[in-house]
Amino acid sequence: MNSSEQTTPLLEVRNLSKHFGAVRALNDFSMVVRPGEVVALAGDNGAGKTTLIKAISGVFQPTGGEILLRGQPVTFATPHEAREKGIETIYQDLALADNLSIGANIFLGREPMRKAFGFLPVLDRKAMAVAAKQTMGRLDFHVSRLDAPVSNFSGGQRQAVAIGRAVYWDAQILIMDEPTAALGVPEQRKVISLIHQLKAQGRGVIFISHNLQDIFAVSDRIVVLRRGVQAGDRKISETNHDEVVKLMVGG
Amino acid sequence: MTSTSPTEQSGTHVAPQADHGDPARTWLGRIAEGRAWLFLAGLIICFEVWSRLSFGATFMLNPFNVQSIAIFAVAPLLLATGQTFVIISGGIDLSLGFIMGLAAVVAAHATNMAGAVIPLPLAMLAGILAAVIVAGVPGVINGLLISRLRVPPFIGTLGMFGVARGVAFLLAGGTTVPVQNSWFALLGNGRFYGVPYLVIIAAVFVVVMHYILSQTRFGQHNYAIGANVQAARRAGIDIRGHTLRLYVLSAMCAGLGGALYAARFTAGAAQAGEPLLLDSVAAVVIGGASLFGGSGTIFGTVAGALVIAVIQYGLVFVNVEPFWQFIAVGFVIIISVLIDQAQRRFSGARQDE
Repeated sequence: MNSSEQTTPLLEVRNLSKHFGAVRALNDFSMVVRPGEVVALAGDNGAGKTTLIKAISGVFQPTGGEILLRGQPVTFATPHEAREKGIETIYQDLALADNLSIGANIFLGREPMRKAFGFLPVLDRKAMAVAAKQTMGRLDFHVSRLDAPVSNFSGGQRQAVAIGRAVYWDAQILIMDEPTAALGVPEQRKVISLIHQLKAQGRGVIFISHNLQDIFAVSDRIVVLRRGVQAGDRKISETNHDEVVKLMVGG
Repeated sequence: MTSTSPTEQSGTHVAPQADHGDPARTWLGRIAEGRAWLFLAGLIICFEVWSRLSFGATFMLNPFNVQSIAIFAVAPLLLATGQTFVIISGGIDLSLGFIMGLAAVVAAHATNMAGAVIPLPLAMLAGILAAVIVAGVPGVINGLLISRLRVPPFIGTLGMFGVARGVAFLLAGGTTVPVQNSWFALLGNGRFYGVPYLVIIAAVFVVVMHYILSQTRFGQHNYAIGANVQAARRAGIDIRGHTLRLYVLSAMCAGLGGALYAARFTAGAAQAGEPLLLDSVAAVVIGGASLFGGSGTIFGTVAGALVIAVIQYGLVFVNVEPFWQFIAVGFVIIISVLIDQAQRRFSGARQDE
């Protein structure tokens, strides 16, 4: 991680603004994410975190400023385009089809097909199951029943499946919106360890959380938003809870 | 990748094996999955005993009875296969009954008209094709209403229920339309080694629909949409296009049902599918689909349709007043849904509760 300062940032946001009429939800905001770096995004409700991630993931078109991916300026018309460029957003909920298996969820919308009897195209469930097993193995998450619907799994395991899907499709930047919010404490720890895995694989993670303990457990840097502007950008090793809270509430 | 940090160690024992093979749960799950077939077996045994005690005659071992039940089940089954797709996606199609009636009338007219200019077998095919294509039109309208204009499926197809009904009666001139085509009559009443053509057509059709639902992307996306539209949209599935195709598919199933009705009775009637609509929904529900979407299978629906046919035919056979049919079918629907609910509760669909 010590050489990370010199490498080209995976993602750079420069002077990004998003206005809704007279409301400046995001104003002249800048941040970078380097490979293998976990950047926490903190801020009170309404500080502009959601607007920021929606602008990065292609849901909103920014009013001004630019987004650079590995130094190249990019614009996304749709979330689909952002995903194809390797930016995957993982929501705390609404991410999985509960009635389908892990493999089917990983491949949802881009299912592999094979030819049965040499002519009849059918879903290649075996390939999906194999890929699911490998991918979940990379996240240190082992399942024996790959045909079970994901509704059989716990919240943390489902979160792992959503992360697994991003990993399988080789997302370089994962935006995780409150990934631990709906989980019990042990499950939160599991997700935190998953984020460590992603970091070790050299991916960039933007981690949004209200939970300062989680933020301090997993992040390299913390960027604080307040009323749409950047209120601070600190290395985790050089800050503490009190300072972050002050930045958030503007004390 | 397996650096042993403290968090990781705690992670290994806090995350339980996903595979909790609690035998009681899977046992109940299996009963719930196959409940339509269990119902069917139970009913058949029940009628067999009843029939032997009352008349000293067999029920299911009589090939005439088996054939009659199979023919009886064909039309509701065709509606129900289309309905299965729609219900799995979380929607419902109330217009299927009158789309079937419309298709029956169109099949009769088209077969007669074509029969005047081309050979009878070709005229028969033209009639069936016309029925299926015309049935697709209300399907397209349903699909556009639901996918583009965001009309709830219940309301959109209820509107189409009325429109299709009116158009069908107008086309039929308020009466039934007789078909003058010996080939068409043969299709509806002939047999191949004792198996009615209608049953063969329905069986082939069901296998094709099973393939579409269980083995293609269309089917897979149908399940995903029924479980979680947001997730499906985020995964890049074209929800609008899928919904349009879905309602066209279900309408065309009803179209084929209408054409086969016209063949069986050598006449097209606008009210052909009127009593079958709710039977089709009942068959899907008895077959194990959830009206909330996301679950169900074609073979489950086949069993559901057979359950209804066996009840209806069986009660007539053992000489019970026909009104008991409604009560019996109603009971089976309610018991079926109760089993489904129990299974959901015990299998703990979500563990984070």
